[in-house]
Parts: sequence; structure tokens; C-alpha cells
Amino acid sequence: MESCNCIEPQWPPDDLLMKYQYISDFFIALAYFSIPLELIYFVKKSAVFPYRWVLVQFGAFIVLCGATHLINLWTFTVHSRTVASVMTTAKVLTAAVSCITALMLVHIIPDLLSVKTRELFLKNKAAELDREMGLIRTQEETGRHVRMLTHEIRSTLDRHTILKTTLVELGRTLALEECALWMPTRTGLELQLSYTLRQQNPVGYTVPIHHPVINQVFSSNRAVKISPNCPVARLRPAGKYMPGEVVAVRVPLLHLSNFHINDWPELSTKRYALMVLMLPSDSARQWHVHELELVEVVADQVAVALSHAAILEESMRARDLLMEQNVALDLARREAETAIRARNDFLAVMNHEMRTPMHAIIALSSLLQETELTPEQRLMVETILKSSNLLATLINDVLDLSRLEDGSLQLDLGTFNLYAVFREVLNLIKPIASVKKLHVSLNLAPDLPEYAIGDEKRLMQTILNIVGNAVKFSKEGSISITAFVAKLDTLRDSKAPEFLPVLSDNHFYLRVQVKDSGSGINPLDIPKLFTKFAQNQSTGTRNSGGSGLGLAICKRFVNLMEGHIWIESEGLGKGCTAILIVKLGMAERVNESKLPYMPKMPTNHGQTAFPGLKVLVMDENGVSRMVTKGLLLHLGCDVTMVGSSDECLRLVSHEHKVVFMDICVPGIDSYGITIRIHEKFTKRHERPLLVALTGNTDKVKKENCMRAGMDGLILKPVSLDKMRSVLTDLLEHRVFFEAI
Amino acid sequence: MELVQIQRRLVDYTKSLFMEGFLDAQFLQLQQLQDDSNPDFVFEVVSLFFEDFEKLLNELTIALDQPNVDFKKLDSHVHQLKGSSSSIGAQRVKNACIAFRNYCDVQNIEGCLTCLQQVKQECYLVKNKFETLFRLEQQIMASGGSVPTIELGF
Repeated sequence: MESCNCIEPQWPPDDLLMKYQYISDFFIALAYFSIPLELIYFVKKSAVFPYRWVLVQFGAFIVLCGATHLINLWTFTVHSRTVASVMTTAKVLTAAVSCITALMLVHIIPDLLSVKTRELFLKNKAAELDREMGLIRTQEETGRHVRMLTHEIRSTLDRHTILKTTLVELGRTLALEECALWMPTRTGLELQLSYTLRQQNPVGYTVPIHHPVINQVFSSNRAVKISPNCPVARLRPAGKYMPGEVVAVRVPLLHLSNFHINDWPELSTKRYALMVLMLPSDSARQWHVHELELVEVVADQVAVALSHAAILEESMRARDLLMEQNVALDLARREAETAIRARNDFLAVMNHEMRTPMHAIIALSSLLQETELTPEQRLMVETILKSSNLLATLINDVLDLSRLEDGSLQLDLGTFNLYAVFREVLNLIKPIASVKKLHVSLNLAPDLPEYAIGDEKRLMQTILNIVGNAVKFSKEGSISITAFVAKLDTLRDSKAPEFLPVLSDNHFYLRVQVKDSGSGINPLDIPKLFTKFAQNQSTGTRNSGGSGLGLAICKRFVNLMEGHIWIESEGLGKGCTAILIVKLGMAERVNESKLPYMPKMPTNHGQTAFPGLKVLVMDENGVSRMVTKGLLLHLGCDVTMVGSSDECLRLVSHEHKVVFMDICVPGIDSYGITIRIHEKFTKRHERPLLVALTGNTDKVKKENCMRAGMDGLILKPVSLDKMRSVLTDLLEHRVFFEAI
Repeated sequence: MELVQIQRRLVDYTKSLFMEGFLDAQFLQLQQLQDDSNPDFVFEVVSLFFEDFEKLLNELTIALDQPNVDFKKLDSHVHQLKGSSSSIGAQRVKNACIAFRNYCDVQNIEGCLTCLQQVKQECYLVKNKFETLFRLEQQIMASGGSVPTIELGF
């Protein structure tokens, strides 16, 4: 084999260069093989690298380059064709891959660069967040401090504790050197140092309130930095230290009346206290915004807490006052109750004790009157009787009045005959009036109902009292009594605005006017008339002998009857008019169960018209007695028969409504019996009606009967119808004199 | 006799008594007072009258026999009698009593005696009449009827 010209000696003459090339290639190949390995290794390690494909390419490219260089090593010596072809393949592949890689890198490198930019951006963001985080934390811490401070401040309602706590907590939170509170004095012209943090007992420094710095602080609701040289800030002896920064804030002192939590800025009273806070000197600390905010919030809270404390103090004071008053009232009430009880006991005892002897005196005196007495003795007994009657009336009046005042008196309501009341009053007053030669007239309006519901006894007592007064105080002239149903316009009296009559369907107002022509009353004295025990002194006549209670009692009765009573007079000597208005109930159609007397017309013959009417028949003649009894029995009466006047007097009682007396027998002294019966029954409504039966048509006898006090006279013989009509008339009108 | 006939007889008889003046309206009143609660009222009253009459008659006779007649007492007795008789409606008796009283007033003994006789006579007469009346009534009641009420036409 011919050696080709290209056979290179194993070691050519430039083998140093060759040697270096050889070594370099070797190392390049090594590097080229190790780089992808490293890449693969590290890429496998990091999961996030996004460009794997690129790396594979790169790796391939590098491997191939390395392979190329490696194969190059063989080309230094004589090499076979295979080596050459391998070399060529490798080079071709390498070329391909490198071209592709180059192309790929055009896309990739900008991306990779942008990653860097993003990283920078994120770092910036992170730094910013960190900063903000720091701020928030600071704020939150400040908030915590505020809450804690507020809690401490508001946990007590004691003013001193509040303020002390504020200063202590503020000092702790903000690490202050000194914290002081200046309160305005009472005059409002100065600020006085009230509380400090470090100094235990602050001396009473005062600073005038109208300092420009202070005004500046007061005019703003924010914490204001002030100069340490300001008088309020000069709390410590000036040392060689650099004083720390000072901040002052106003604390509004609220009045109770304008305590509105939403109205902080608009305070009508401009009373402020001043809180001064000093940072430690020589600390080079500055007031931060959040610290200032904290101070402002605390100042507000302190204001609220102080107001609450003030409110509490006020209410405690008020409560104490009320308790005292309560105790006092209780005591007064118990005393009053004791007094009332004592009075009631006294009345109860007196009621019985006074009346018993009175009854004894009156009863025995009247019995004494019946016996044989010399004229002087009779006069004396009469005087005793009169005086004791007067005394009894007085006692009754006083006791009644006490009961009335007590409110324990109640009206006895019942249906009664109104006309009868007036007639009764008239009858009672007529004797006295005729003695004094006074003319009494009664005028009942036609629309006045005959029956009414009310307290008959007390109404009569009242009307009698008024009429009695009229008679008492009139020396001459006339007395007129009018009664009618009052209409609404006449019910008003300008002097009694509290009297408000109310008209209702089943009530009516009875108005009674008693006019006399007597001595009259001075209009100025009129209000006093109705007061207890007040007598009209100016009349001069003291023989009235009354207690002065009469009108007072009348007024009480009238008030109980929901009415009104007053007196009008034009003056002395001009007479006076007493007017009384009372409320009475309207009586429905009178029916049997209500009234004791029933003037019902018998509807058919033989019916009993007077069931249960108790009558007494006195007749010496047996036959006629029997006939009369039969008559009355037939009419349903309950008949008691007596045959003599003694028996009659013995048996007659207030239960008998009518007594029929046969007076035509000469042996009977009808006059005497009548008188005796009148004496026996002093009260008019208890006395039975006395009717004389006679066969005589003797006018003289009739007059005698009337004068003796008989209520009726009937001529014998009496038929059934006649008896019926007589009884009817009698019971209705209480009088029946047959025309002779 | 039949009930109706007896009743008619009674009515006629009563009417005749009124006509003859023995009874007056007062007797009718008495009859009106008789009802179920008082079924024998008239009989009782009349019987009482006659009892009284006997007593009074005695008294009167004794009084008039006295040598010194007490006219007051006499008058009172006669007054009683008058009262009784007028109560039951014995008209004639009453009139006789009135006459008697007049004589008493003038204190005429003769007149009184005469009147006494008259009163006695009238009384016995009316007593008979009453007895007949009551007998008739009893007959009616026994037969189960009811006594008819008289209505006076005059």
C-alpha cells in the first residue's frame, strides 16, 4: 500500500501545536459533554424551569459539538473512511441543531430577560406591602391602646379615678415623661393644674385661660403640638436636658343638659380642660400621627366618662333627696292616720256616750211634764226640755258633720213623694211663722214630678233648715218657697265654676228658691255662711241659739246629692234668697213594691185594694164594729178591733196606718184620744191617720174634730165603695173630711 | 121544691122586705161583704145584733123602771141600739130608736115607754123576717145552689 500523501506521521514536526490542539479539543469535548449533564441535573432538580425543550435542544447541540470535537481527535492521525463519515454526520447534525437552536433563541431570550423585570417588580411590591403592613400594625396597636385606655377610663364612674387612670394609661402607652390635666376654675378665668402623672400632689398652679397657645388648643379639636416653653408645659424644673416635644389637647367638659354623643363639635358651653403630654426629654422621639390620633380619641372618651360621672352624681343626689322626702311623707301619713283613728274612736265613743244621757234627760223631762206640776215647775221643766232638745240637735249636728266630712255618710236613696216633702216642711214651719206673723207661700211648678228618687230625710232636713233660717232671720214680711225643675241655663252660677251639671235621662235637677224679706246679709259675708261654726254676727240677734253648723251640713248634703247651694242678698235689710239645686232621680211609674201606700183604683168589684194595710177600729158598739171590720176585711186590710179608748191607746202603734174611731158615742172623749195619739207619735210619718166615724151631721163636731187634729171624718153608714174611696183619698192626701 | 123556685122565692121575699121598709140599702152592703172568705158574714152580724138587742132591751127596761130615770144612760143605750140597727140596715128599728131618742131628749117618760114597746115590736118582727130569709138561704145552699144577689131597682 502506497502511503498517501496525507498520511501524517504519528508525531508531525509541528506537534507542539498539534499537541495543544489535541488537548484543547479534548477538553472542549469534555466540557461540551459535561455542560448538558449539569444542565440536565439542575433542570431535573428545579421543577419550574419552563424551557425544557430549549434545554434539550441546547443539550443536543452541545453534545453534538462535543461529539464533533471528539471525533476531530481522530482526524489528526490517519483515519479511515468510517471516521470521516461519522465526522461528517456529526458535523451535519451539529450544524442542523445549532441552526435550530439559534432560531429558537431569538424567541427565548426576550422572555428570559422579561423574567428578570418581573422579578424586580415583585420585589418592589413586596417592599411596599411590607411598609403598609408596618403601618397597619401600628394602627392596630394604637387601636388596642385606645380600647384599653377607654376600658380603663370607662370602667369607673368616679371622676378622680377616671382622670387618674387616663393619665396613667396614656403615660404607659405612649411612654410619656409627663402628663398633666388642667381644669378650669369656678370663675372660668384660669386653668388650674389638677392632675399629673409623676407628681403625686400637684401644687395648685394656675394659668390664666386667655393665653394665645391655650386659645389655639381650645379652638381646635385636634391635638396640637405646643412649645415646651408654654406656661402649661413648664411642669418640671428646667434642666439641662433638651425637653421633649409637647402636645396639648382640649377635653370638653359637658353639661348634663347638652350631652349628645353626636354633637361633639357643636358644644354650647365652651368649658374645656387641657391635657398636656410630654415626651421624654433627650429621647429625640417625635410625635407620630397615630399617637396624636390616640391622644385625641382618649380626650373624647375622657369627656364622655366625666359626663357620665356627673350624671351619676346628680341622680344619686336626687335619689337621696327623694328618699328623705319619702320618709318624711310616710311619717306624716302615719301621723295623720293616727289622728284620724283617734278622732273616729272619739266620735264613736261620744256618739253613744253623749246620746244616751241626752235621751235620758229628754225622755224623763217629757215624762215629768205629764205629771202634776205647779206653774213654775212646769215652766222650769219646759225650759229643761227645750234646752235639752237643742243640745241633742247640736250633738246630732256635730256628729253628722263629722261623719259627712269623713266621707262616710251615704245617702239613703229611695222613692218618695216630692210634693209631700214640701207640704211637710210647710206644716212644720207654719206654727212658728204664724207666731211671728210671717206669711209663707209654697209654689210648686206644674212640671215638677210628683215622685223622685233621693234621700227624702236629708232633703227635707236641708229644705227645712233653709226655710227655718229664712223664718228665723225675718222679723216681718213674707217667705216664699218655689220649686221647679231646673233647665240647663239656669243651672250655672258664676260663683261656682266647679259645679258642672250633667243632664241625663233619668235624673233631673230640682231647684228650690226660698226668698225672705228679712234682715238680709252683707254680700261680703256670704262665702263665710257655709263654713262651720261661723255665725253671722252682724244680725245682732243671738237668740237663734244654733250652732252655726246648719248651713255647713246643708252644703255637705247638697254636695252629696251632686248639687249646689248658695245665698244671694242685696245687702242688709234687703232680705235674701237661698237657692238650692240638687240632683234627683226620676221615679218610674209607681208600683206596689216601692211605696207603702198604693193609691190604685180597684179595677173590679170585690178586689182587695189595700193589701196588708194595718188599721185599728175603735167602736163601742159591737154590731157596728163588726160591720166596719167586715168592710175593711173585705178590702183586704189587716184589722185590729178595740172597744174602748184605753184599749185603743194601748194597742195603737206606728204600724197602724189608719185608726177609725167612732165618736158618736157620748162616753168617748174623741178630742182627748186624738191629743193623746198625737202625743204618742211625735214624728208625723209614724202617726196613723185618725178618722172619725160618726152618724151625726153636726158641723160643730166636725170642726172640733179638725181642730183636735183628726185627719178625717166619715159619716155612717159607710158603704163598701165609700170606704174604698175614703181609704184611697186618705192614703193619698192624708186627709179626708166628708162634706156635711 | 125545685132550686130555681126557691131562689125566686128568696128574691121575691127579700124584695118585699125592702118594699115594706124592714130593710134598707145598708143590708145590701152587708150582703156585698159576704164572700168566700166570709161565707156567713151576714148571719153572724145579724145574730150579734139580736144578742145585743136582748141585752140592751134588758137595760132599757131596767132603766125605765127606776123611780129616777137616768135619761143620759137611757139615751146612750138607745143610741147604741140605733147604731146597731142602722149598721145592719134594720130601718124600722132605727126609726123607732130615733123617735125614742127624741123623747129621751125631752125627758118624756111616757113617750119613752111607748117607744120602747114599739122598738121591741119592730125588732121581733124583723127577727122573724130574718129567720125566714136565712132558712130560705139554707135551703138553697143545701140544694147546691148559690144565693142570688139582689139588685135594687129603685
